[in-house]
Amino acid sequence: MTTVRVQAGPLDPGAELNAFLKDTPHAGGIAVFVGQMRDFKGADRGTGERVSAMTLEHYPGMAERELGVLVEEAKQRWRLDNVCVIHRTGELLPSDPIVFVAAASAHRADALEACTFLIDWLKTKAPFWKKETTTQGPHWVDAARADDIRAARWEKPAN
Amino acid sequence: MAIHVLYFASVKEKVGLGEEHVSPPASVATVSDLMDWLAARSPKYASAFANRATIKSAVDQTHVPLSTALGEAREVAFFPPVTGG
Repeated sequence: MTTVRVQAGPLDPGAELNAFLKDTPHAGGIAVFVGQMRDFKGADRGTGERVSAMTLEHYPGMAERELGVLVEEAKQRWRLDNVCVIHRTGELLPSDPIVFVAAASAHRADALEACTFLIDWLKTKAPFWKKETTTQGPHWVDAARADDIRAARWEKPAN
Repeated sequence: MAIHVLYFASVKEKVGLGEEHVSPPASVATVSDLMDWLAARSPKYASAFANRATIKSAVDQTHVPLSTALGEAREVAFFPPVTGG
């Protein structure tokens, strides 16, 4: 079972998790990642510029397709009963959820690893782009080197 | 050869449009050639493709290196590194 969705409307991680649990009654372990919009720019919460809003652009068609490819790759690598990836687009405000990733398996290890893999590869492969509005005006978010390093850890297929 | 070309994020803003259909000459054989050909069209395109190392591409909705042959490509997209999640 898999769900892949790109949506312009609000994302409710609680409701999505409840639906996911209902669909996966026989899994022993469910891992979830929720990414939400920060109100500061860059890595430093204390000194970063304030971010008041964000626009998420995507490549319609390829975004869904690429998320599907990632989910299939995760299912090849780990034993998963259910996988769900939902990504927002459009206008967001601080604390709005951006992405919801859930992976269910018989045991926790597969679920946790698959969930980490999915968000790590999503960050460097899925065609979405963030534009932040700060006190200095709007700007496109730069890709982070740390994300490339995390994604590269998964380049070799798992055993 | 008509190709549907799409631009996203900062590349779209610099070019000034999100998509178009183009018919490059036969000498345009790779994604990189297409980028050169587009960059020569106007200062806007030149600025969008000025920093080559930061441009990513997809052919028919699959990530590809710039050296990829266009072949039968119907859709080619240019964009900066992705920043979702």
